[in-house]
Amino acid sequence: MRVSMDLELKDIPGQLVLALKPVSEFKGNLISVVHHHEKRTPRGKIPVHLVFEIKSDHLDNIISLLEESGISVVSVDEKRYLEHGAVILIGHIVHTDIQDTIDKIDNTGYAEVVDLNLAMPRINRPSSASLKIDAVSKEYLSAAIELLKSIAREKDLLVIEPIRVN
Amino acid sequence: MKTIRASIIGFGAVGRGVAQVLLDKNDYLRSIGIDMKVIAIADSRTAVIDPHGVDLASVLSGKKETGTVGSETISGTEIIRTIDHELVIETTPTNIETGGVGLVNMLAAFERGRDVVTSNKGPLALKYGEVIAAAKRSGSHCRFEATVGGAMPVINLACDVLAGNRVISMEGIFNGTCNYILSRMMEEQAPYEQMLAEAQELGIAEKDPSYDVEGIDTASKLVIVANSIFGMNASYKDVTVAGITRITPEALSLANADGFAIKLIGEVNDGRINVAPKLVPLSHPLSVGGTLNVFSVQTDLAGPVTITGRGAGSIETASAILSDIISIYKN
Repeated sequence: MRVSMDLELKDIPGQLVLALKPVSEFKGNLISVVHHHEKRTPRGKIPVHLVFEIKSDHLDNIISLLEESGISVVSVDEKRYLEHGAVILIGHIVHTDIQDTIDKIDNTGYAEVVDLNLAMPRINRPSSASLKIDAVSKEYLSAAIELLKSIAREKDLLVIEPIRVN
Repeated sequence: MKTIRASIIGFGAVGRGVAQVLLDKNDYLRSIGIDMKVIAIADSRTAVIDPHGVDLASVLSGKKETGTVGSETISGTEIIRTIDHELVIETTPTNIETGGVGLVNMLAAFERGRDVVTSNKGPLALKYGEVIAAAKRSGSHCRFEATVGGAMPVINLACDVLAGNRVISMEGIFNGTCNYILSRMMEEQAPYEQMLAEAQELGIAEKDPSYDVEGIDTASKLVIVANSIFGMNASYKDVTVAGITRITPEALSLANADGFAIKLIGEVNDGRINVAPKLVPLSHPLSVGGTLNVFSVQTDLAGPVTITGRGAGSIETASAILSDIISIYKN
């Protein structure tokens, strides 16, 4: 997941390195570091804004390591879903329990159906739907689409997925 | 000047295209040191044989007027077995269940030490290993660019032009009939059945369209690509195949609203061969319309290389056959 974090550093040498070390120790991928040296907080500290990607179970460790080093963690904002996917479904989508199809994706804990557009031309004719799925990472997005494909096989629905784009 | 005696076995659209192209390009071929002499032509019923060279123009006009190529009743296979020549141009109709007469012809040609250039997918999609091994045993050339992608250089692009590159994966549209139907369904917001009927009226789809629309044709081509470019030992049964018959105009509209076209995509990736309708971003190079084919390879050095062109047609397919003939004999 992607984490955006506001920190406050003491105005003494070596603090920025100290702040980045826990992220690197837990194999986080730094996206950006903004060091506001010119802006002091009322407490006389220097605000720093970090954005990094990290496995969700490591986030708590990073926060405790930072606090142990005397760095104040002012706010943490997690963005859980980084990957957005779209697929098309064709078949008797509604009559094969659309709620169940969506629930099975939502219950994975790593992906969610966030949008659904349905076209039902006539009774007894197959419907078509576009489904948007958000997931925590590329790998999990593929896993969610694979799951959808296995549900679709049981319900005799056709899944049209995007090509890989390099 | 090297004289190459050739037979054309199968005289449908492709065989006739080859005869026409050999006529048109005769001077060019001579200028690069190749003297092509067609010594026999056979269709499914009749044949013409002339060791001094068949008059291609008169056979072409005769076929048009009478529907036959000559007065002989010898079969193509017998020509390959009994008449001395170097090159068999195998253009009989494809048979994806057994390999058909094409397979018999190719094996007979290799038995006699003859080279084969073919547009016939069936034998290679079914028995690639057997065919190539037979060619190797007799020291014959076997080239089959015309089996995949019509005029588009696919196999020769990956194996010759991009030599030295490792091909990581490939994907593309290999069936103009499907591409035409899907493009027209989107344009007209019309159901599959209606656009299939239009394609049949225009001669783009066969009366029995299942070979194209069920993805069988694309799958056969992918098997040939997987074996020749990726060195796999795959056969038709290794391909997962879905066709286009279930696609609805509503699905095309919904996809379009999200910035996608739906295309029948064939891909070889990670040892898997797959044919299925896929969402292709409208701005992506694979998003070509009409009857066009398109082919994209991912390579380690050159990155992605994409080409598009006509995937079928008599002269277009003959162009691929001619390029194979030249690459065998020019040196």
